[in-house]
Amino acid sequence: MCGIAGVVELTEAKHRPADEQLAAMVAALSHRGPDEFGLYRDERAVLLHARLSILDLSAGQQPMAHANGRLWISFNGEIYNYIELREQLRALGHAFRTHSDTEVALCAYAQWGAECFARFNGQWAIAIWDAQQRELVLSRDHFGIAPLYVCEQPDRVIFASEVKAIFALDETLPRAFDPLGLEQTFTFWSIIPPQGIFKGISELRPGHYRIYRNGAATEHAYWQPRFPTCRAEEFAGSLDAAVAALHDTLQQATRLRMQRADVPVGSYLSGGLDSSLVAALGKDARPDTFHTFSMRFEDAEYDETDYQREMAARLGSRHAELLITRADIAAALPEVIEHTERPILRTAPVPLFLLSRRVRAAGIKVVLTGEGADEVFAGYDIFREAKVRRFWARFPQSEFRPMLLNRLYPYLSRSPVGQQAMARRFFGKNLDQWDRPGFSHALRWSTTASIKRFYSEQQRQAVAGSDVIKALLDELPAAFKQWSYLSQDQYLEMVSLLSGYLLSSQGDRMLMAHSVEGRFPYLDINVVEFANALPARYKLKVLDEKHVLKQCAAAVIPPRILARKKQPYRAPDALAFIGAERPPGWLEELMESDSVQQAGVFNEQAVGQLWRKCRNFSGQQFSNADNMALIGIMSTQLLYERFIRRRPAANPRVNFTTHHDLTVK
Amino acid sequence: MMEAKHIEQQLRGYILENLLFTKDQSVLKNETSLLESGVVDSTGILEVIMFLENHFGIKVEDEEMIPENLDSINSIVSYVQRKRAA
Repeated sequence: MCGIAGVVELTEAKHRPADEQLAAMVAALSHRGPDEFGLYRDERAVLLHARLSILDLSAGQQPMAHANGRLWISFNGEIYNYIELREQLRALGHAFRTHSDTEVALCAYAQWGAECFARFNGQWAIAIWDAQQRELVLSRDHFGIAPLYVCEQPDRVIFASEVKAIFALDETLPRAFDPLGLEQTFTFWSIIPPQGIFKGISELRPGHYRIYRNGAATEHAYWQPRFPTCRAEEFAGSLDAAVAALHDTLQQATRLRMQRADVPVGSYLSGGLDSSLVAALGKDARPDTFHTFSMRFEDAEYDETDYQREMAARLGSRHAELLITRADIAAALPEVIEHTERPILRTAPVPLFLLSRRVRAAGIKVVLTGEGADEVFAGYDIFREAKVRRFWARFPQSEFRPMLLNRLYPYLSRSPVGQQAMARRFFGKNLDQWDRPGFSHALRWSTTASIKRFYSEQQRQAVAGSDVIKALLDELPAAFKQWSYLSQDQYLEMVSLLSGYLLSSQGDRMLMAHSVEGRFPYLDINVVEFANALPARYKLKVLDEKHVLKQCAAAVIPPRILARKKQPYRAPDALAFIGAERPPGWLEELMESDSVQQAGVFNEQAVGQLWRKCRNFSGQQFSNADNMALIGIMSTQLLYERFIRRRPAANPRVNFTTHHDLTVK
Repeated sequence: MMEAKHIEQQLRGYILENLLFTKDQSVLKNETSLLESGVVDSTGILEVIMFLENHFGIKVEDEEMIPENLDSINSIVSYVQRKRAA
């Protein structure tokens, strides 16, 4: 991956950014692309590029021009089918100067216009400037793997892979929280693009492109998730046929991600099914040494070392482990928030930040990960929970039906009968709404909303009257109600969490913090289209999650890994900061009443009370609500401190190795 | 027998301070279901039970951990009274 940025004046050339401003802007992205820096500038537009060289290392510099110099591109990401596209374009009479996918993306745009994006299989954030038409096109991949932020002003548009680059360009840009972005975060765990966390800065939606022409913007979806609306649209074959077809599709997706790189590609190994399978397919796709990386936890509750080692041994990979302690999490959080650029409600991103550092230290720039499998093949408990609750809702008096909850949450069956009755009251909420969109996620959303108890009066008033859940449900696709319940639940999971949280705070941003590119075979467009077309029962068979994927993995991963109950990826939350040792000094400061008041999001008395409660805590584990509140509040406070109160620091000393300045005569 | 009003005040104070993080009495009605209104989640109820045991010197038996005893201020107050009378 790389970093892209730029500024386009929409109607007339007015503010010419100074060279130092542009240098500061691209320097803010240097962790994304430390290898080379590039600039293109004409009277109206600037494109910037920070390069992490992965393909065609000696050529492929950016910004790159199309033959006649009319079109310019700044491109972050990978188009995995670029070789096939290049053949098609050659047949149409195009010639190529490099072996890079960048040139193919640009040429595809020259040939097909914005229709080209629907032909790409990959992960990207793209800016193309048509210097003749004075037209800017921004585009983002199907799922939002690569980030792209946009700041629209009356007469110019500023865009970048990360918010800090936008702030670095111009110190006069206002820096403030967007109350609606916070409201979404404290409902869904995440913002939902295009909503951003900072006022005036939005995110281009996944699967969309936006065109700026004559001072006006238009936005289009080139792709949206679809599911069968009737039997005729479903995959018609047997389960065995589905397993075989999935194997081929996934193998092809993994091969593309292994082979289309001029540097070694490694893999993460979590110890679970998803990453084990892609690692096995990845290893087979390239003959050279295969590197695998795992995180271990000092806390046994989160640790999966045994499974990781077993899989690494089976692969014969060169395996590296990183042991994560509570102290590591506490120490790294401030830096992590500089990269997430949004609040987080659990610390799970932190170990991923530390792991990518380990990858980079091993000299590896690209890794496969298993991310996406739980969304695409229905692996999360929330899908099973919704299924049980819908089943129960059809006969709410049943004593037997809610007992299926014990299958989902085995701790319940070990709990006293009485406590099961309490759980039943909890999971039995809103059962009468079982047919309504959002039923699957309503419990999670209402539990998360407990953080809003800490809102300041200012934040409360700013969002009074806005209903982010209703807004999400009002925008559902027309066909939504015709999809199976599982498809509906999967769609909501993808829209609300995949791009905004998983691929961002646990994905790109943690990887690119150390110049490591993640590749996601489960999010190959062909894999997703195939999975979406499968009948629900192939994915969630009774209560067996990812059923078809497990069948597919049976031949290549150890039975013990296949059979184990899915372990959600978690890390110590509040306990990382409060326990045997004193909380870090920066945290004490951020939780003080003055700091809380200044940031303006939360009520200082309420936060003080939570902080005291946590400090005095002597039990084994914090409640879910307190964990979320504490991490949510401290990360919001950090964000305020590092992005709003201060301006993110960037070193403006950058050497542009690619420099096309048409304004210099 | 401990007065209902006294138990209610102690309990309210605890819930407002430690679960709702506010001093505003109006946010919680005595008959509100703690689980359905989201004041506690299914694990959070354990904090309430620990408070009852420490503060009122009772032991909440497994079979007593049911919504009828523990799901609102009112139901907890009468439960605690019954336990202490026993």
